[in-house]
Amino acid sequence: MKLRLLAAALAATVVLPLSVASATDLEVTHWWTSGGEAAAVAELAKAFDATGNHWVDGAIAGSGGTARPIMISRITGGDPMGATQFNHGRQAEELVEAGLMRDLTDVATRENWKDIVKPSSLLDSCTIEGKIYCAPVNIHSWQWLWLSNAAFKQAGVEVPKNWDEFVAAAPALEKAGIIPLAVGGQPWQSAGAFDVLMVAIAGKDVFNKVFGEKDAEVAAGPDIAKVFKAADDARKMSKGSNVQDWNQATNLVITGKAGGQIMGDWAQGEFQVAGQKAGTDYTCLPGLGVNEIISTGGDAFYFPLLKDEEKSKAQEVLASTLLDPKTQVAFNLKKGSLPVRGDVDLDTANDCMKKGLEILAKGNVIQGTDQLLSADSQKQKEDLFSEFFANPSMTPEDAQKRFTDIIASAD
Amino acid sequence: MTGQAYAGRPNQLLRNLHSKIASIPMILTAVVIFLGGTLWTVFYSFTNSKLLPRLSFVGLDQYERLWAAPRWLMSIQNLAIYGFFSLIFSLVIGFVLAALMDQKIRFENTFRTIFLYPFALSFIVTGLVWQWVLNPEFGVQSVVRSLGWTSFTFDPLYNQSIVIYGILIAALWQGTGLVMCLMLAGLRGIDEDIWKASRVDGIPMWKTYLFIIIPMMRAVFITTLVIIASGIVRVYDLVVAQTSGGPGIASEVPAKYVYDYMFQAQNLGQGFAASTMMLITVAIIIVPWAYLEFGGRKRG
Repeated sequence: MKLRLLAAALAATVVLPLSVASATDLEVTHWWTSGGEAAAVAELAKAFDATGNHWVDGAIAGSGGTARPIMISRITGGDPMGATQFNHGRQAEELVEAGLMRDLTDVATRENWKDIVKPSSLLDSCTIEGKIYCAPVNIHSWQWLWLSNAAFKQAGVEVPKNWDEFVAAAPALEKAGIIPLAVGGQPWQSAGAFDVLMVAIAGKDVFNKVFGEKDAEVAAGPDIAKVFKAADDARKMSKGSNVQDWNQATNLVITGKAGGQIMGDWAQGEFQVAGQKAGTDYTCLPGLGVNEIISTGGDAFYFPLLKDEEKSKAQEVLASTLLDPKTQVAFNLKKGSLPVRGDVDLDTANDCMKKGLEILAKGNVIQGTDQLLSADSQKQKEDLFSEFFANPSMTPEDAQKRFTDIIASAD
Repeated sequence: MTGQAYAGRPNQLLRNLHSKIASIPMILTAVVIFLGGTLWTVFYSFTNSKLLPRLSFVGLDQYERLWAAPRWLMSIQNLAIYGFFSLIFSLVIGFVLAALMDQKIRFENTFRTIFLYPFALSFIVTGLVWQWVLNPEFGVQSVVRSLGWTSFTFDPLYNQSIVIYGILIAALWQGTGLVMCLMLAGLRGIDEDIWKASRVDGIPMWKTYLFIIIPMMRAVFITTLVIIASGIVRVYDLVVAQTSGGPGIASEVPAKYVYDYMFQAQNLGQGFAASTMMLITVAIIIVPWAYLEFGGRKRG
C-alpha cells in the first residue's frame, strides 16, 4: 500500500510541472477495501473520470482505525491528498479548526445541498461555524442484524424475527456446531455492537441521553444495566468466532458457519458480492427487530486545502460529482448504504435497503456515535468492549461501572 | 589522557579537528532530534493536546488517567512478563546453542545459517507466520489432532491468560539466533590456552563454562543484554501482526497504547504521557546500571 501511495505521489510530482490542462489527477484516499466496498468506490472513480479528470485511488487497507492516522499525518505533515474519506462527525473536527481543510460552502450553496441532503443532520455534521467542510456520500446505519437462513435451517429452528428469539435460538445453533453470533476481534466491532443493543433495548431517548448529553446517571441506571445484560448474552453467543476483520465475520454468516452478525449495512455489500439474495439466503433485521431506528452516520469526503489551482478546481468538480443523483444511486447500490439525497430513485434496491429507506422516510433516526462522541471517548469505549467481549470473567456490573466513568469524562 | 609527550600543550579542542567536524551532524541529530524530541514530548504530556499539540496545561491529569486505565495496567503487566521471560530464555537458549556450536561440530556454517535465518525476517512476517502456526484451525493444534489426539488443545493466541506466551514464542524464534551469534563470537574470542589449562586441571566442562568462560565474556553479555532489552521495550509490530492486542486487551503492550492514543484516539496528551512513562521505566533500569558500570570504572 505504501508503494502505491509513493507511486501516486511520484506521479503527482511528475504531472504537476507539466500542468496538463484538461485532466487533473486528484488523489483520493479511503479505506474501502473489502469486495463490496471496492466495487462501490469504482463507481465513484468512474463518475469522476467521466468529468475529464482522473481519480487516483489511494486505498488504505485495514479499516478506519489504521487508515485515519495515515491520512491525518499526511494532512498535518504537509503532504495533503486531493480528497479523503472520513466518517463525518468529529473525526476531522480539529483539522478543520486548524484551517487545514477546504471550505466547500460555495459549492454547497451553488448546488443547493441544504435542500437536497436528507436527513439534514448529515450536513450539520459537516458544518463548523456556519461553513460546510465536507460532502456526505452515504448514510450508514449500524443497527442491523444479519442472519443466515441456511444456518437456522441446519439447526432446525425458525429464522428469528427479533433479538430475543435469536438469543432463544442460540442453544440449537450451538448444538448444530454453528457459532450463534459472529463478532470480529477488531475493537470497534464489539463497541459498535453494544451501541446497537442500546438503541434496540433501551430505546432512542436513553441513547441520546447517554451519548448526546453524556448523562452519567442514566449510564449507571437500570436501562443500561439491561443493555449490559444483553451484551453479556451476545458475548456468550460470540464464543468461538476467532476472526479479526468484520468481513471475515460476515463471511462466517454467508457460509452458514455462524447464525448472525450485528453489523452496519455495509455488510450488505458482502452478501451481494457473494451472490446471495435478501429474504431467501439471508435475513436482515433493522434495529435488531426490536426498535426500528437507524443511525445516520456515514461517510463523507473532506478536501484538504491545496495551493494548486487546477487541483482546487478538480476538488469542486469531485464534490459535486459525489452528490450527483446518478453517482449516488450507482455508488450506494453497490455499497449497500442509503443515498444522502431524498430525491433519487432506488427502484433496484433490494429488500433490506428498502426497509432502511422506509425507516429513513418515517424519520426514525438517531445520530451515530461518531457524530456524538470524540475519537478519544470512542477509543476508550472500544478498549472497554473489546475486553468485555473477550473476557468472560468480567461481570456486566463491572463493565457498566467503567462505562459510566467513560461517559462522565466524555467530551 | 594518553600521556603523549608533546612539547607545547596542544589545545584540547583542536585535537583531531577533522573527526570533530565530521561528527557534528551526528551530534546535532542526537541533541535536536533525540534529546529535543524527548523534552518536547515530556513537556506536552502536561497539556490536553488532542489531534494537534496545543499549550493548555492540565498538570498531571493525563498521568492520572493513564494509571487508572485498565488497558495501560494490562500493557505494563504484559511487558513485565514478556520482558522477564524473553531476557532469560534468549540468553540461556542463545548461550547453550552457541556452546553446542563451539564443540567443533560438522556443518557448523549450515546450522549457524539456519539458526540465524529467522532474524532476517521482519517482526511483521514473523508475527504472521506464527499467527498461522498457532491458529487452532490450521496450525499445530489441527496437525496434532489429525494424528489422533482429538482432545489436544493448543490455542495460545485465542486464550487470554496465555496469549502473551504465544507472542513470546515468536519473539524467541526470531531473536535467539542473533544472541547465539553474539555468544559464539564471544566464545571464539576466548584463548584456546584457557581450555587447555582447565583440561589439565581436570575441571569438568560445564564448570569451566560457568565459572571461567562466562565471567570472561562479561562484555559480550552486556552488549547482548542491551540489544535484547531495547527490543523488549519497543515490542509493537509483533503484537500487531499476531493478535492486534487481542483477544480483548489481553496482549496489549505500552508501545501500542502510545500509538493508539496518539493517532487513533486523537489524544496526543495521553499518548505523550504514556511514552514518558515508558522513558521513565527505561531510565529506572538503565541509570543505576550505567552508574555501576561506568561510574565504578573511573574509581577503579
